[in-house]
Amino acid sequence: MVMDSGTRPQVQRKAVVLLSGGLDSLLAARMMLDQGIHVEGLNFFTGFCVEGHTHAVRKDRQRRAVRNSALHAAEQLGIRLHIIDVIDAYKDVVLNPRHGYGAHLNPCIDCKAFMVGKAREWMEAHGFDFIVTGEVLGQRPKSQRRDTFPIIARESGAFDRLLRPLSARLLAPTLPEREGWVDRERLLNLSGRNRKPQIGMAQAGGLAYAQPAGGCCFLTDPNYARKLRDLWSTRGERRYDFDDIMLLKIGRHIRPRPHFKLIIGREEGENHFLEGYRHRFVHLFAADANGPLALVQGEAHGEDLTLAAALTARFCQQRNAGSVRMTIVRPGGFAEQRIVTPWPVDQLPREWYL
Amino acid sequence: MPHLDARHLLCPMPVIRVSERVRALAPGEVLTVACTDRGALYDIPVWCRLEGHEVLESRVEPTGEVSIVIRVRP
Repeated sequence: MVMDSGTRPQVQRKAVVLLSGGLDSLLAARMMLDQGIHVEGLNFFTGFCVEGHTHAVRKDRQRRAVRNSALHAAEQLGIRLHIIDVIDAYKDVVLNPRHGYGAHLNPCIDCKAFMVGKAREWMEAHGFDFIVTGEVLGQRPKSQRRDTFPIIARESGAFDRLLRPLSARLLAPTLPEREGWVDRERLLNLSGRNRKPQIGMAQAGGLAYAQPAGGCCFLTDPNYARKLRDLWSTRGERRYDFDDIMLLKIGRHIRPRPHFKLIIGREEGENHFLEGYRHRFVHLFAADANGPLALVQGEAHGEDLTLAAALTARFCQQRNAGSVRMTIVRPGGFAEQRIVTPWPVDQLPREWYL
Repeated sequence: MPHLDARHLLCPMPVIRVSERVRALAPGEVLTVACTDRGALYDIPVWCRLEGHEVLESRVEPTGEVSIVIRVRP
């Protein structure tokens, strides 16, 4: 509790911030702290977040500092961060977006409404007063437009308890502004894709932030979206589980036959990660040479496995040898070995790559 | 001693699983966590600092696995 100049006790208002670890939400949270608001962060993990996975798996990226951007942002701000697993609840957003997809499989409007809705539930459950996001009017083609901002506020159930400090002065006053919990004059009127003002603010405030190349969601990635569509197509239905969407991020995906594909590790970090799935899939590796671990996803038997072995051998150290001894292990541990000729590089059809 | 196997989970799942597990523990209890994601070496101690839990030890085993020992805040 704080006292105003007339010694009247004032309740310190509480805001929950959707904290991605990126620049905009970091600044939005900072602005609230500067106005004396109690701030805590929420970060929802959908399974499609670029954060973390791409950093953590590949060994070459482990030479750089690997850390969760949202946690790093929260540490700079000195606020609590609640990272929440919404993988199952998010499936309906991906599979049945009311507002459709963006350029690929990105359901941006539904996604934002879902996240603000989850933040509203959290706010109500924890006695907080309003929700803050780092959204900027006109910055994103789908979810950050003047006509879609109200859709997100309405469909999330947040209504006028949703404050966007970076663009607030271009928007109708929200409850926190009207009630004087925050000073509207100290909010901003940013719009568009130019991020120079935000970068300047971060530099002035000594704030470090993540700059994910290519966005923060795998669903905006055309290669990832193609693999997810292939998964649905070959499975005969639009569904996924967590391991499905994780494995789409890892390795080379090669589908030589409609009924199976190979996931082949590209380097040591990916091989190590794929090892965690050995008990669930037929897997292959070179018996006498360094090389990748490959998982077989689908139904592969007989000659299919010889083909899988030849393709995997193409990526091992002995790929130029006349023959390579490959170990094939089935779930349950039954192992066999086959001697195969590595698949010639120039005979690997481009369309087999997903 | 309570133990959490977070091996083969990638960021941010180790932090999520730790936070869920810690919620079920009593103040002062000690939790050991095993991870294969090297990012956990940074992320779990940061999360502990923000939440007021104490990291008693963090190390990388010869196998490459990460081991972190946490005491739940009093």
